Amino acid sequence: MPKSYEKPFLVIGLVFLMAFPYLAEAMGNAYFTSTVSRILIFAIAAISLDLILGYGGMVSFGHAAYLGVGAYVIAILSFHFYDGSALFGLPGTEFAPIVWPLGVLLSAVAALILGALCLRTSGIYFIMITLAFAQMLFFFFVSLQRYGGDDGLFMFAGRSHMPFIDLDNDRTFYFVCLAFLVGFFLLCRAIVASRFGRVLQGIRQNERRMAMLGYPVYRYKLAAFVIAGAGAGLAGVLLANHTRFVSPDILAWTKSGDIMIMVILGGIGTLTGPILGAATFLMLEEYLPVIFGDLSMPLLKDHWRIVFGPMLILIVLFARRGLYGLLFRKENGDD
Amino acid sequence: MTERPLLDVIGLSKAFGALKATDDLSLDVVEGEIHALIGPNGAGKTTLINQLSGEIAPDSGRILFDGEDITAMRIHERPHRGLVRSFQITSIFPDFTALENVALSAQSRAGHSFRFFAPVARDRALNETAAETLASVGLADQATRPAHALSHGQQRRLELAMALVLKPRLLLLDEPMAGMGPEESAFVVDVLSTLRDSVTMLLIEHDMDAVFALADRVTVLVYGRAIATGKPEDIRSDPAVREAYLGEEEAA
Repeated sequence: MPKSYEKPFLVIGLVFLMAFPYLAEAMGNAYFTSTVSRILIFAIAAISLDLILGYGGMVSFGHAAYLGVGAYVIAILSFHFYDGSALFGLPGTEFAPIVWPLGVLLSAVAALILGALCLRTSGIYFIMITLAFAQMLFFFFVSLQRYGGDDGLFMFAGRSHMPFIDLDNDRTFYFVCLAFLVGFFLLCRAIVASRFGRVLQGIRQNERRMAMLGYPVYRYKLAAFVIAGAGAGLAGVLLANHTRFVSPDILAWTKSGDIMIMVILGGIGTLTGPILGAATFLMLEEYLPVIFGDLSMPLLKDHWRIVFGPMLILIVLFARRGLYGLLFRKENGDD
Repeated sequence: MTERPLLDVIGLSKAFGALKATDDLSLDVVEGEIHALIGPNGAGKTTLINQLSGEIAPDSGRILFDGEDITAMRIHERPHRGLVRSFQITSIFPDFTALENVALSAQSRAGHSFRFFAPVARDRALNETAAETLASVGLADQATRPAHALSHGQQRRLELAMALVLKPRLLLLDEPMAGMGPEESAFVVDVLSTLRDSVTMLLIEHDMDAVFALADRVTVLVYGRAIATGKPEDIRSDPAVREAYLGEEEAA
């Protein structure tokens, strides 16, 4: 369909997502709501990566690090709240209006520090150094024995407490995730269409020329990196609440790879694509084994990735902008 | 030449290994002139431009712009002082339209770009400036085409428009007519000559007709050294120049 159908498509998609919990409950599969919440959360993370990867041309291979920071802020403060112990002389808390912004803020700070270092390199070095720093954070959280080390940390106090909103209700939590996804999506769309967004895309296309036009390129890249880190941090905050459990797995390098695959699978540099990519990736991950189980193909049920991998490769090879490119064609034959 | 030079290059040297690309070069460009820089391939013309624009750090020597030492100034600060370059090998933003290319350049002059919300596509001030500049290089009818789809000559003119919209005080033009047909070349010569009252230019060009049509002064560069500077007619008759450069052309 033509690209001008993207907006109606998004509106219909939103209507469907708003109705989804009720549909799921009506069909007696209320647990689907939780599955889709997870998709919404990863869509936020994938959009945030797309902002720097698709628009800024920064191939960050450590994006799960910021997801992890956001999630651990929630889990650690929840731990101290449950435990009654203090952290840096302050009590723990489950109060969402405090811990959620704090999780996002600390992710942004982590992105600021790591980005300031990583962005001094480019190309393959940038990929490697973002990966290296993410691994460093991974082992940092593994080493935190008090917070479960590599076993992870359960949030015994439950999800964060939000005034007037009962987050422990799965349907309510779903709508909170959906609201954040819509908000973050619209924010990123505004950003890529703004002066800042044009600079970011200029840097992707021709960084040298941008400097020659008088743009301090590094500052703009760093700003985008921090926004992306904050977005991933938001996803981490929600993810910790979703599972009520956080472990270093959340910032393993494979998780960074998963998020990157969601972006590429859905369509790089499109913002809409990463949502499709997150949905497709997580659905396949969840249901491919089930499908092979139903087809009584035990070998493929256990080794579903053997099918999953080639599927991803085929989509990446034959659809230039992933699923987005398959759905929407360009209006005028250019490009 | 009684005026204070706008650009003053003093004893500039840059070596790549044993190759002296710029060899104790001194050169000045006065306000208002079109100063052409000619010389055989490998004479170090582009290397000089790269040092003036800040992409290559000289080994020694100084670059003064409007009296200020800019030898170590950061690349992105120079255009804001009025020192703007164009590229020999077209350097544009291929995915953007012609208008967007120029608007992005204009945006650089319009304060910082940490503006995250207002849609830039509907920014009238930027679009109008960009459209005017595109028209001045004869690309008004190409405004909405993606830059990668433009012809080579059109891309060269887009490149020029992106430099012009920055309102340079000194424009460093690295072979603006490279690869153009004769008609397009003549057009660009016209564009540049209409600008001569408002912009000072340092022009690298191989097209001798263009050089002699435009330049107020010519400097001849050979092996990184300026072997002669003077009025075009004097340069044409200078025996050292004829031997080193023009003669070589004629023999070829």
